Amino acid sequence: MDDIVIIGAGECGVRAAFTLRKLGFEGRIVLFGAETMVPYERPPLSKAKAPEHKPIAAREAFEEAQIDLRLGVTVRAIDTRAKTVTLEEGASHSYGKLLIATGARARLFPGMDDCLTLRTHEDAETIMRHVEPAATIGIVGGGFIGLELAATAVKAGADVTVIEAGPRILGRAVPEEIARLVHERHAAEGVTLLTGTGVETVRATGVTLSDGREFCFDKVIAGVGALPNTALAEDAGLDVENGIVVDGSFQASAKDVYAAGDCCRFPWRGTPVRLESWKAAQDQGTHVAEAMMGTLAPYEKVPWFWSDQYDLTLQVAGLFDPRFQTRSRGAGAAGDTHIVFQCDTAGKLVAAAGIGPGNTVAKDIKLFEKLIEKNAPLDPDALADPSHNLKTFLKAA
Amino acid sequence: MANWIEVCAEGEIEEEDVIRFDHDGRTFAVYRSPDDAYFATDGLCTHEQIHLADGLVMDEVIECPKHNGRFDYRTGEALGAPVCVDLKTYPAKVEGGRVLIDLG
Ligand SMILES: Cc1cc2nc3c(=O)[nH]c(=O)nc-3n(C[C@H](O)[C@H](O)[C@H](O)COP(=O)(O)OP(=O)(O)OC[C@H]3O[C@@H](n4cnc5c(N)ncnc54)[C@H](O)[C@@H]3O)c2cc1C
Ligand code: FES
Repeated sequence: MDDIVIIGAGECGVRAAFTLRKLGFEGRIVLFGAETMVPYERPPLSKAKAPEHKPIAAREAFEEAQIDLRLGVTVRAIDTRAKTVTLEEGASHSYGKLLIATGARARLFPGMDDCLTLRTHEDAETIMRHVEPAATIGIVGGGFIGLELAATAVKAGADVTVIEAGPRILGRAVPEEIARLVHERHAAEGVTLLTGTGVETVRATGVTLSDGREFCFDKVIAGVGALPNTALAEDAGLDVENGIVVDGSFQASAKDVYAAGDCCRFPWRGTPVRLESWKAAQDQGTHVAEAMMGTLAPYEKVPWFWSDQYDLTLQVAGLFDPRFQTRSRGAGAAGDTHIVFQCDTAGKLVAAAGIGPGNTVAKDIKLFEKLIEKNAPLDPDALADPSHNLKTFLKAA
Repeated sequence: MANWIEVCAEGEIEEEDVIRFDHDGRTFAVYRSPDDAYFATDGLCTHEQIHLADGLVMDEVIECPKHNGRFDYRTGEALGAPVCVDLKTYPAKVEGGRVLIDLG
């Protein structure tokens, strides 16, 4: 049989299914999803007190495209030799080609089992029930999801404390200048931020820091990152190392098996990386569908990520590398935006990040993204000068 | 029936760029293409209600500033995920150095 089976009906799996149809695949497409809701966008979950259910595509669109969407079905095993997947009830389904798009799950360190975490719509509903005026909320981890939740909770009137073990929030995802602006804003909004403070024990309603300080909260939310869902792949004998290992066409280590999205580790400009990014999940879903249809081209999409906190939007293109110097492009005409970038030693752009109210940094970050994609050597001093229009670099590159 | 409304002076939109135009409680995006033609669409992205005037114009494409949804601003066509609903377009022209759009 040449059915295409997709495991995981998230951003990536759904995108891949629709792209396969668009490319003219006429066989059966079976899309298994463990969650019961029509596949939805995750980014809104941390950004509003009453997160909407925003479907990636309407149920009718799946029907129209003849995508056999099996919700509430967890795939239990993959047999790459027999080319079958086994479902919960023991039923099995054979495939011609298989895409694993199982995404990621919230990470928990030992002792955190009773904390709340956020990955699904159901998780968001549970968390938001606790977010109310005067509720005390402890958030362990100063990453994007923790900080977006902090902004949402403090806006809803809760008393919020963020505890980050590292020396600063947002770790290596963005340069220090940007992280500092985010930190200052949270502090100004009344969030208590503790950085550089290791956590000794975490309970459902309290945290003990390694310096002995005790905090009690109505609820503790663990926002300490995500782990790729790789158990199925591991059990099937596929190569897994911080993600299902794939090549530039998102082919895994067994024939006719592919993996993409948050669950995979793929080569980007020669370095294996794993991303947790909505746009990357879409781009990879499209790319892997093309590869499954026989078009093998290297994946060159620049990693791109955004985060909304208060009225601020942060956008990041590329991947910052601690080996390179971070330069500033200044604070914008109104003084309320900030853009930084990195070039490698050859002057090639590596990454850029910007923060500002609304969508004020979007145009510049988009241009930086396109410049990173071009991969041409540039003059960092000129890039740092905000009077130089970035578009002219693009046209010249 | 044509209902031409003045947007701005010709030079006020840079080449290959977009501006926001509000009229009568509605909001629009008005574009000047690299070959110096003018176009107009509804102002808000069809994915979420985000104004396109903060987005980047490259050739005939406007990219939404929020999540990279792309539209052909000449036809309003949505060019792929995350946008799937086309933008409404409006005729635009230059007359006597002024940019006008037809709100019908
Ligand atoms: C709260 C939150 C906020 C976010 N905000 C942003 C943001 O602002 N910007 C940004 O760029 N990114 C953001 N992200 C990240 C983005 O949502 C993810 O990168 C994206 O969803 C990844 O898509 P995916 O399809 O790879 O995985 P997922 O979306 O995780 O989908 C995987 C699906 O597979 C299912 N599955 C797993 N195992 C099985 C199995 N064995 N059988 C059947 N089904 C299975 C899961 O239930 C899940 O539904 C956010 C994520 C979260 C959780
Ligand atoms: S609001 Fe335009 S792409 Fe999402």
